Amino acid sequence: MPLPSPFFERTSKLCTSMSYKEWSGYYAVKSYETAYVPEYFAFRHSAGLLDVTPLFKYSVKGKDAASFLSRVMVKNINKLKVGRVSYLCWCDDDGKVIDDGTVMHISEEEFFVTSADPSFLWLKRYTRGYVVEINDVTDSICGLALQGPTSREILRKCTGYDIDQLKFFAVTEAVIDGFDVRISRTGYTGDLGYEIWTENKNALKLWDTIMDAGKDYDILPAGLDALDITRIEAGLILKGADYHNAAHVLIEDRKVSPYELGLGWTVNLDREPFNGQAALQLEKEKGSFWGTVGLDISWPELETIYAKYGLPPEVSGEAWRTSIPVYAEDDHYKQIGYATSGTWSPTLKKNIAIAILEKPYDVIGSQLQFEVTVEHTRHLVSAEVCKTQFFNPERKRSNPGLETVSA
Amino acid sequence: MNKYDAIVVGGGHNGLVCAAYLAKAGKKVLVVEKRHVLGGAAVSEELYPGFTFSVASYVVSLFRPHIIRELNLAEHGYEVIPMDCTFTPSLDGDPGLARWSDASLTRREVSRLSRKDAEVYGEFAIAMTAISKFTKEVIDHPAPDITSYHPRELKNLMRLGQAVKKLGPEMMHLNTKLLTMSAVDFLSMWFESERLLAPMSVSGIIGTFQGVRSPGTAYVLLHHYMGELDGAYRSWGFSKGGTGGISMACARAAESFGAEIRTEAGVAEIKMKNGRAVGVVLENGDEIEAKIVVSNADPNRTMLGMVGEDNLPDDYVTGLKRFKYRGSSGKVNLALDGLPDFACRPGFGGHLKGDITIAPSINYLERAYDDAKYGDFSKHPFIDCVIPTLTDPSLAPPGKHIMSCFVQYAPYHLKEGADTWPDRREEFGDTVVNTLAEYMPNLKSKILYRQVLTPWDIEKKFGLTEGNIFQGELSLEQLLFQRPVAGWSNYQTPIKDLWLCGSGTHPGGGIIGSGGELSAKTILRSGAV
Ligand SMILES: Cc1cc2nc3c(=O)[nH]c(=O)nc-3n(C[C@H](O)[C@H](O)[C@H](O)COP(=O)(O)OP(=O)(O)OC[C@H]3O[C@@H](n4cnc5c(N)ncnc54)[C@H](O)[C@@H]3O)c2cc1C
Repeated sequence: MPLPSPFFERTSKLCTSMSYKEWSGYYAVKSYETAYVPEYFAFRHSAGLLDVTPLFKYSVKGKDAASFLSRVMVKNINKLKVGRVSYLCWCDDDGKVIDDGTVMHISEEEFFVTSADPSFLWLKRYTRGYVVEINDVTDSICGLALQGPTSREILRKCTGYDIDQLKFFAVTEAVIDGFDVRISRTGYTGDLGYEIWTENKNALKLWDTIMDAGKDYDILPAGLDALDITRIEAGLILKGADYHNAAHVLIEDRKVSPYELGLGWTVNLDREPFNGQAALQLEKEKGSFWGTVGLDISWPELETIYAKYGLPPEVSGEAWRTSIPVYAEDDHYKQIGYATSGTWSPTLKKNIAIAILEKPYDVIGSQLQFEVTVEHTRHLVSAEVCKTQFFNPERKRSNPGLETVSA
Repeated sequence: MNKYDAIVVGGGHNGLVCAAYLAKAGKKVLVVEKRHVLGGAAVSEELYPGFTFSVASYVVSLFRPHIIRELNLAEHGYEVIPMDCTFTPSLDGDPGLARWSDASLTRREVSRLSRKDAEVYGEFAIAMTAISKFTKEVIDHPAPDITSYHPRELKNLMRLGQAVKKLGPEMMHLNTKLLTMSAVDFLSMWFESERLLAPMSVSGIIGTFQGVRSPGTAYVLLHHYMGELDGAYRSWGFSKGGTGGISMACARAAESFGAEIRTEAGVAEIKMKNGRAVGVVLENGDEIEAKIVVSNADPNRTMLGMVGEDNLPDDYVTGLKRFKYRGSSGKVNLALDGLPDFACRPGFGGHLKGDITIAPSINYLERAYDDAKYGDFSKHPFIDCVIPTLTDPSLAPPGKHIMSCFVQYAPYHLKEGADTWPDRREEFGDTVVNTLAEYMPNLKSKILYRQVLTPWDIEKKFGLTEGNIFQGELSLEQLLFQRPVAGWSNYQTPIKDLWLCGSGTHPGGGIIGSGGELSAKTILRSGAV
């Protein structure tokens, strides 16, 4: 049975739709009202506040913390400066992805790790020989993601910390309303945004302070339905939807490598040994089998099919995450991959999906065929291969406050 | 060789869409706009420091999705945020009627008035969607010329015929009713509650000099029902940055295809040679030549103003003079120090975020029309308000708000003459604010700034003849192959190489982009450039 998060006292009152989802053992709001639409637009035009407590959270401390994390992650954490955050994944010995998450460098010998799956045991397994202490803080630290164009202004009102200083993928300790928080400029929406972490006992005060400060900035509490659309627009993959934890699957075919997932950029190969290094080295030399791409699914063709049935085109209200076959017309309609999640993008006005395709069909610009079901009947519409990062606004990484200071 | 293929007179959204399509086809295009800002009636301006107003049009629904796609408008900043609620406050102790995009919530609200109405709501929506499908065939193609035997026109007619046939007999009958009935009569076929009928019927009078019981207003209803946002029909939304955001996206798209745009470049006259348009003469005397001229200004302003009666055939002039403008709407824009509060539904809530309609009863609306019939503005007008800052905080400083109020009736022709409007402007503004303050008692104390636009102001500011918001009334006899003049609906004019592309052409007004799109496509097909 799922548990309430420390914010539940507030979120449950606002969640008039009573629409929850289980997220890692917690009740997580799907959408506060029956329609998630205002929440989606809050992420893109004002600010949305999302409870991210269910993420798994670890404190990694000790003299060898950096080299230990470098040993288990695909990235060289020795190079991560204090105050910086790294997005990355970690692999099994065969170089297949187990999970993805962030590593935040808090102080010289302290890191904060978030993950989608429980990772304590997995981390612990590799500590031998390292001076490092791992604490599972999943149940004692709660978190809120404040995402959207007005999020910076809202935080400015909440804390004495000069929020303009916090660059994209940076982390800092700060004080809000007298209690300690950790603020990272991270998130899952691909927009300007922050995640604020604190001890559970401060949860309600944190929620109230942010909601209060946000009133003048059109803040809305937001749920997972809205988040799902933003993360697909941003081309951010999701464990459980776009890939599976390699340690949790029965068959080899369900495992993917970082290269195949589009996370090759997080891998640092030439360094001290790390999990999966040899296999990744080999894959790099030989080439990968799969590639992860974005698909831009033809709307006019979809419209034409619907029109044949006398229907206006329908877009599924929510993002979907069912596996949908993708075919190569030039190759006798061979199935060459599958889409893993997708959505209508209200911002881009496009029907988009994330897909895993056999190489070389993953070349940007290729035209493929995507299966749609209209009136119980299967059809094909064309889809163009594009980058997964469909939406990437300037404000996500810009620092207007800093720029004026230095100018 | 500095000669342009086309000069577009006017940088309203239709002119900009037209320019974008022509430029996309490789034509050398220049847009000349009289004002210092682009957008025409879809314009955003900072009227008061820190407050960006949608000065005229304020909500969006009709803009054609395929135009967004064909011109990559999303990449150029086209963003529309849907509204969730239509709220009709009341004064008699009732909490008012809020209709939401959540169907069950709406059903519950409406059942307070009538259980029957609450349940028929869904059937009504299906009927309107079915009819809208047909209407789409009409608005997404040039109007067929029913008098012509040209194969293209016949094909066009046939396509329409097929669409009608697809409607089925039941819908065909309904369509006929829609074309002839009044908004109230049409809606009364489904609904019985006056409190619901009143706010629903007002869509039938927007921009017209008619009352909700006047025959023909049912069609106008549809014009406001056929929009779609992201596949959701009949939904309205806010354009990010105000409705000027849409015009700016169109302008950026046009520029990305190579079009040039000049502001503060009003056209004094269309330059002609041997009965053909060969360019424009600007108000500052500059002359610019082009193979064709496309005017986004209304038909009256273009043909009678920039071309001149003497250069036009008589029957065309007669037709133009019969084309009804007779503006009936005004606009009051308010900058607020904080949120207003409704006496009937106090406090903050979703009802503030959408459309707020002052339409308490059918008689109220009819009385408002009565005042106008005899040459005065309504003592108790119909008002449609929005507070866009609750959705798009970029429009005003934190904690401050904008309230945009569209008002009817404000007849252009006051009985003392249109020119008396400037003397009555503030009185009109007071009437609007006083009416609103009955519902929102704290409103007056929140007002930081007020702009009042009478139809006379709308004419002067936007060049819209007699202040008609749609460049000519959207009544049935002024639509399709009769817009603006029978026989001249195909964006052409009696002057060779002079074309029209604004709302005064098929399919008419609203932020829709169709006039711009269809005129450009017609021009390109004709081989004129
Ligand atoms: C008060 C008001 C409220 C409205 N509300 C809504 C609404 O909420 N939703 C909606 O969908 N529609 C609304 N409308 C209608 C909608 O705004 C218009 O139908 C639409 O914007 C018209 O676009 P257009 O490009 O055809 O013409 P216009 O916007 O009229 O553009 C014509 C352009 O030509 C320029 N021009 C005129 N003369 C000259 C000249 N001599 N030289 C150079 N340039 C010239 C004008 O300055 C203007 O920029 C409203 C209109 C008004 C006035």
